[in-house]
Amino acid sequence: MKKVEAFIRHEKVEEVRDALSQIGIEGMSFTEIKGFGRQKGYTETYRGAKLTIHLRPKVKVETVVDDTAVEEVVAALGEAARTGNIGDGKIFVVPVEFAMRIRTGETGPEVL
Amino acid sequence: MSRASRLLLMVVMAQMLLSVLGAGAAHAQSAAPAQSAPAMDRNGSATGSASDLSPSAQGSKLTLQSLADEVGHNKVATAFIWLMVGFALVFFMQAGFALLETGFVRAKNAVHTMGMNMVIFFIGVIGWFLVGFPIMFGGMGHLTTLGSIVNLNGMLEVAKGWGILGTKGFAGAGIYDVGVLAFFLFQLVFMDTAATIPTGAMAERFKWSAFVVYGFFISMILYPLFGNWVWGGGWLSQLGANLGLGNGYLDFAGSTVVHAMGGFVALAGAIVLGARIGKFNKDGSPNAIPGHHIPMAVLGTLFLAFGWIGFNGASTLAGGDFRLAMIITNTFLACAFGGVTAMLIMWKQFGKPDISMTCNGALAGLVAITAPCAFVAPWAAAVIGVVAGGLVIGGVFFVERVLKVDDPVGAVAVHGFNGLWGVLALGIFADGTYGAGDNGITHAVTGLLYGGADQFAAQAIGAVTVVVVALGGGYVFFKVLDMIMGIRVSPEEEIQGLDLPQMGTLAYPDFSGSAPDWVTPHPSGLGSPPGKTVPATMTSVSLDEGGAGA
Repeated sequence: MKKVEAFIRHEKVEEVRDALSQIGIEGMSFTEIKGFGRQKGYTETYRGAKLTIHLRPKVKVETVVDDTAVEEVVAALGEAARTGNIGDGKIFVVPVEFAMRIRTGETGPEVL
Repeated sequence: MSRASRLLLMVVMAQMLLSVLGAGAAHAQSAAPAQSAPAMDRNGSATGSASDLSPSAQGSKLTLQSLADEVGHNKVATAFIWLMVGFALVFFMQAGFALLETGFVRAKNAVHTMGMNMVIFFIGVIGWFLVGFPIMFGGMGHLTTLGSIVNLNGMLEVAKGWGILGTKGFAGAGIYDVGVLAFFLFQLVFMDTAATIPTGAMAERFKWSAFVVYGFFISMILYPLFGNWVWGGGWLSQLGANLGLGNGYLDFAGSTVVHAMGGFVALAGAIVLGARIGKFNKDGSPNAIPGHHIPMAVLGTLFLAFGWIGFNGASTLAGGDFRLAMIITNTFLACAFGGVTAMLIMWKQFGKPDISMTCNGALAGLVAITAPCAFVAPWAAAVIGVVAGGLVIGGVFFVERVLKVDDPVGAVAVHGFNGLWGVLALGIFADGTYGAGDNGITHAVTGLLYGGADQFAAQAIGAVTVVVVALGGGYVFFKVLDMIMGIRVSPEEEIQGLDLPQMGTLAYPDFSGSAPDWVTPHPSGLGSPPGKTVPATMTSVSLDEGGAGA
């Protein structure tokens, strides 16, 4: 099992959800987060005084998938989240050791 | 539906049915002139006639005197109604200030800031009733437009014609009179406008207990004192009679009496309090501390402009003074020119049409036109607004970057500097068409552009005086109060936000970011701030919420 974790633009949430649903991903989590990458923050003025916003709002998407599906998921997610401009975000894949469905107690990849 | 409400519905329906039938019958009557029963007056032409005169003036008792009494009564009636409408409009400005100031502060201080804007009104009413109104108006003589039979005749003078404070009407004694009370009410909301202005400049760090004492001080002493000199028959208003300076010092609706008073007390308060933590860097450069709710501030600005219809318009103190249409026109011209000027300057200078400064620009135009609105032509109102829009931005930067004083809402620039500009503008642009008889001088008010250098001199004297009284008096008051009880909250409370430690509640408890983590303490005691015990109310909140942090 692998966890696919992506940081995406707010306006791409619906497209990413649709793209992953279409390739059969049944569950995913979206979290509102703040952070920065190469896009950095931005500077504005408020009443004439400089105002630097260091952290930009982004959305973190997480979904745990079977090892065999990782490539397809990453491709679909990247495709859906891409605008071609700086600030599109990043995708990370990390190994997952264990999974259990709490209701039934089942464990392993079949709970995904 | 309960039985009672069903019954009520039936009654209402029956009444509707009857009224429809009745209207049909009336229609039949008017179509048949043979029927002489009186028709209903649908277009209003038959309502109001000799039969509506008071019984003592009807029929054989109708004389020229009784008729003249009726006319006089009606003339005063228009003044009463216009004043009460004005009272309502200006009262609503309290809501405008509450929204404006609260929008410009951070979420963690929203209850405290909004609370000050409400409670100052109540404190002000008490102070005004007990001491404020008598000091300001206790010696002003007869009310010319309100037909009062009470003569406000107690004036303390330092020399003949140089009054400094009124002495009649303490706690309402001896002023139990409809005319005086109409005036009392209308003037009350002006005082409360001045009193609420400093709460903006002093927001986010002003200790509540000190604020309460301040509320009594400004409503009982500082505001009425200067007000007496201008509107209550005091020495500034007599500069014309005593020294031949035009019509004496004039401030039609309160550019200085209300706004510069509030603005310079605000400056004094902000100086004594010091800047908010984090406002200035070590090298003195300012940081932006963005307000938490700009839409709220915009709504507040619109409420204030709405209230200004009464603030300036009803300051004619007479419904039959048709100059009021000119006054309200001038008011909104200055507001619009001020707002657009500020927007354009910010847009050009910083790349964005900063809406918070556009709000300040519109308000600056309103403040500046408040003194001259009755005396100037519309083109002059536009010029006054343009200058105000630029002056407010320069003023905000001057306060922040030169004086190094932290004024979160721009109250000093909007109300202080533009209040002064307003009275000086009166001395420049007054075109000699209005104000004959003001302060007992028979000629109309004439400014510098029309040959009235003496009027301008009177205006300059008044402008200097208000700065001395408001900034000087305010500074001494806040300094002394600070020595006695301290006027600023502790740094811990300020960082936490004033809402919990001072007021005991958060404005937005369900939103993240409005409270630090330790506000909802873990049962183990983890998360408490260093060296601070958590008040009982906070603990109970966290238990109810299951300790769920935002």
